[in-house]
Amino acid sequence: MNGRFTRLAETDRPKVNIIVDGQPVQAMAGDTLMVAMLSSGTSLRSAEFGPEKRAGFCLMGACQDCWVWTADGGRLRACSTPVENGQQISTSQPEVTWPNHG
Amino acid sequence: MSRSDVIIVGGGLMGCSAAFFLRQRGRSVTLLETDLVGRQASGTNFGNVRRQGRPIDQLPLANRAIETWRKAKELLGSDVEYLQSGHMRVCYRDRPENVEKMEQYAADARQMGLDLEILTGNALRARFPFLGPEVLAGSYSPLDGHANPRLASPAFARAAKRLGAEIHENTKMVSAEKIGTDWEVRTEDGRIFRAPILLITAGAWGDKIAAQLGEPVPFATLAPTMSVTEPVPYAIAPAMGVMTPVEKETVYFRQVARGNIILGGSTRAISYPDLYRAYVLPQNTVSQLQQIRRLAPALGKLNIIRVWTGIEGYTPDSLPVMGPSGKESGLFYAFGFSGSGFQIGPGVGETMAELIDTGKTDIPLAGYDIRRFAKA
Amino acid sequence: MAEPRVIAEPRVIIVGAGPAGVRAAEVLVASGVRPVVIDEGRRDGGQIYRRQPEGFTRGYDSLYGTEADRALSLHETFDGLKDKIDYRPDTLVWNISQGRVWTNANGRVDDLEYDALLLCTGATDRVMPVKGWQYAGVFSLGASQVALKSQAVSIGRRVVFMGSGPLLYLVASQYVKAGANVVAVLDTAPFFARIKALPKLLAEPGVLWNGIMLTRMLQKSGVRVMTGVKPLEILGEPETGVSSLQFEAGGKVHEIACDAVAMGHHLRPETQLADLARCAFRFDAVTRQWLPVVDADGRSSVDGVYLAGDGARILGARSAEASGQLAAMTLLSDFGIAASDRWALRQAVANYARFATGLAEAFPWPHEQIADLADDVVLCRCEGVTVGEMRRVDAREANRAKAFNRVGMGRCQGRYCGLAGAEVLAAARDLPVEAIGRLRGQAPVKPISVGVAEDEA
Repeated sequence: MNGRFTRLAETDRPKVNIIVDGQPVQAMAGDTLMVAMLSSGTSLRSAEFGPEKRAGFCLMGACQDCWVWTADGGRLRACSTPVENGQQISTSQPEVTWPNHG
Repeated sequence: MSRSDVIIVGGGLMGCSAAFFLRQRGRSVTLLETDLVGRQASGTNFGNVRRQGRPIDQLPLANRAIETWRKAKELLGSDVEYLQSGHMRVCYRDRPENVEKMEQYAADARQMGLDLEILTGNALRARFPFLGPEVLAGSYSPLDGHANPRLASPAFARAAKRLGAEIHENTKMVSAEKIGTDWEVRTEDGRIFRAPILLITAGAWGDKIAAQLGEPVPFATLAPTMSVTEPVPYAIAPAMGVMTPVEKETVYFRQVARGNIILGGSTRAISYPDLYRAYVLPQNTVSQLQQIRRLAPALGKLNIIRVWTGIEGYTPDSLPVMGPSGKESGLFYAFGFSGSGFQIGPGVGETMAELIDTGKTDIPLAGYDIRRFAKA
Repeated sequence: MAEPRVIAEPRVIIVGAGPAGVRAAEVLVASGVRPVVIDEGRRDGGQIYRRQPEGFTRGYDSLYGTEADRALSLHETFDGLKDKIDYRPDTLVWNISQGRVWTNANGRVDDLEYDALLLCTGATDRVMPVKGWQYAGVFSLGASQVALKSQAVSIGRRVVFMGSGPLLYLVASQYVKAGANVVAVLDTAPFFARIKALPKLLAEPGVLWNGIMLTRMLQKSGVRVMTGVKPLEILGEPETGVSSLQFEAGGKVHEIACDAVAMGHHLRPETQLADLARCAFRFDAVTRQWLPVVDADGRSSVDGVYLAGDGARILGARSAEASGQLAAMTLLSDFGIAASDRWALRQAVANYARFATGLAEAFPWPHEQIADLADDVVLCRCEGVTVGEMRRVDAREANRAKAFNRVGMGRCQGRYCGLAGAEVLAAARDLPVEAIGRLRGQAPVKPISVGVAEDEA
């Protein structure tokens, strides 16, 4: 595991498994989705108006920088959503597949 | 005291574009704006640059306007984010009579140089798969589009200024009086401006000034409901709207090139023109979102990140007051565009400039005469 | 003071279940009022006394340090109130209109009428943009504390704390205690500012002493602590995020390798709901922020709307408890229910205010540094707008600038760029920052889904 976040305590919790961009990720019960994702990865999503990856900023639901997507296109704010076993998460916007018209 | 050929009261899209076109015709112009240019309805509206759906006899004005929208970047020297990406008007299954109306409208509009394509069934679904199951048919206008209202009026004001117009912001007119052949306009800060021509383009405040000048107009000021989503990849080119007689169902959306989808329509709120404030009512936001999901269920996944409104002036027949005064020489009006002035705005400015400069215009304005309200 | 508006059972809504909201609810319940308490958090405590999730085992001392007793007392108080209030956790108030609050919980919207509304909306970090702050691995100072307190994680393997204010030292020391690797604490405030502010800081000697002990602890642990710092650049790669930090101190340019930066310059109140409730605002010259007008008893400028805690003015958690009690007592008295003597609470809040002024002077918001930022620094993280774009905008006021360049128009609604943006614009137009005004709050206070459903009436 080579994530951005490092666990300092509370490491005896039950394990939880989620899928991020098709890859299995192991987390712990009680993690936020953000901690689950950043304990094994380094970012959550891409900025819309810049080249950089984003990993959240405020962790208290104020900056809105950590929104990720469920497999069916639902939105989750990673810092304030508890991780759930079997969650399927995408770090890119599903609307990419919308048809272009005109 | 300052004197010019024309004083324009009101720095929205109508006033700013009139100033621009008057300067192009060599007339000296002083524009007085209570607040900042383009801050009210001109800057807060949905941004539809839509000809279809307008009264057929308004299409010459709309066609004139679209010419300006198309060359706005070169003409104004700045980008107003005009996208000629099409406009789609749809109707629902519970009002099948609208299809016939759409077809009739398309036939009439063709005579006026606006080509529309009626789409139904598989052709409609194939082209616009994101439309909801309740959508029965649509009328597609490939050469309409949308632009950024926050940028348009200030761009006209800057361009007019470059051509020599005097633009006075934070300058509120308190009285206008005909003295000899000149109009004398006094402002709240005590300044006096004179000109033989006075043009009132004061939007939702136009009725108050008209009343002051002895020509009252029945008028309502309303606050439209606007929302914007988070940015999502740019994929929906045309602006989409619903054709329905029910205010609540009348919603529309457009995606800007940056990706945000702007949602507009459904029930309007009252506004407070005397305070220069209007507020979005949450119940209107909720009903708007409900109607948007009916139109395009896939948008239901997106988040809205902001709502806003502005103050729009409505006349009883939803047609503007546009043209010369019925009482005084040298006095002109262009206000009360009833929530649909943005597209025709540059056409209104150009036509008023023409009318003021030459005394005539080929654009039909008979239906907008202020005297229609004097009769009642 | 107006005549009491006597209503037998006033419908009272408290927004926020942090120290102010909890203490206010306690006062109301004691007088027989059953308030609705709406809170965005899944658990009570607010940010400062945020409770860790169920199943976590760390004790109060390890979580809250010197404030452990206060945290425990607050949590126990709230646990005791739960069946005497209408508690709605995990619920966002997204608009206020015509005497009703509009909520969103689990994708359902609801509206609730109130006779009195007590806003205890708390605070978020005040941040100064730095070149590169958009990279992954840069977090707010508050975020770094939340990560530790609520999730037992460190935001990185080599963490730099940068900014100013008491929280900077507090969180850094909490990281050290928890075993994280803190490589530096970089304070933009010059050390002498603290000496000058000492008389006011002595208003709360206990808190001052705690602060001094924190710095000492950090230094003893071998953490590099520097004052009078000018941040230059957070270096990194778009894909992998932060790799190091450059700054100037003592006339020299330094570079520290790190994979995480926690940045913050004290706090700013969350005032959007007060704004939507149409409360008047005033400019506070000490903190260079616009604050809702609130009288000494917690009344806003709008009848029936009360403000308490850091959401009204940044006076800290201890003051929040007192101001929550005070506003609740005022509310009761305004409705003719009870009129306890509020003198002692008023005095306590006034004393915290004196201390807070001292803090603002000791750890000033470095507005000159912000005015001096390079054109290519990202100012607004949501919309990717640079400092240069703000300087070039054809505007002299915050909302006008926003209309043209989108600063404050993004998802965060200007929470993290509004104050810095005003400083940049003020300096560029040579205007005092108050002339730039403040970004008006717009609903929804936080994003809501287009898919929200209405509750059946």
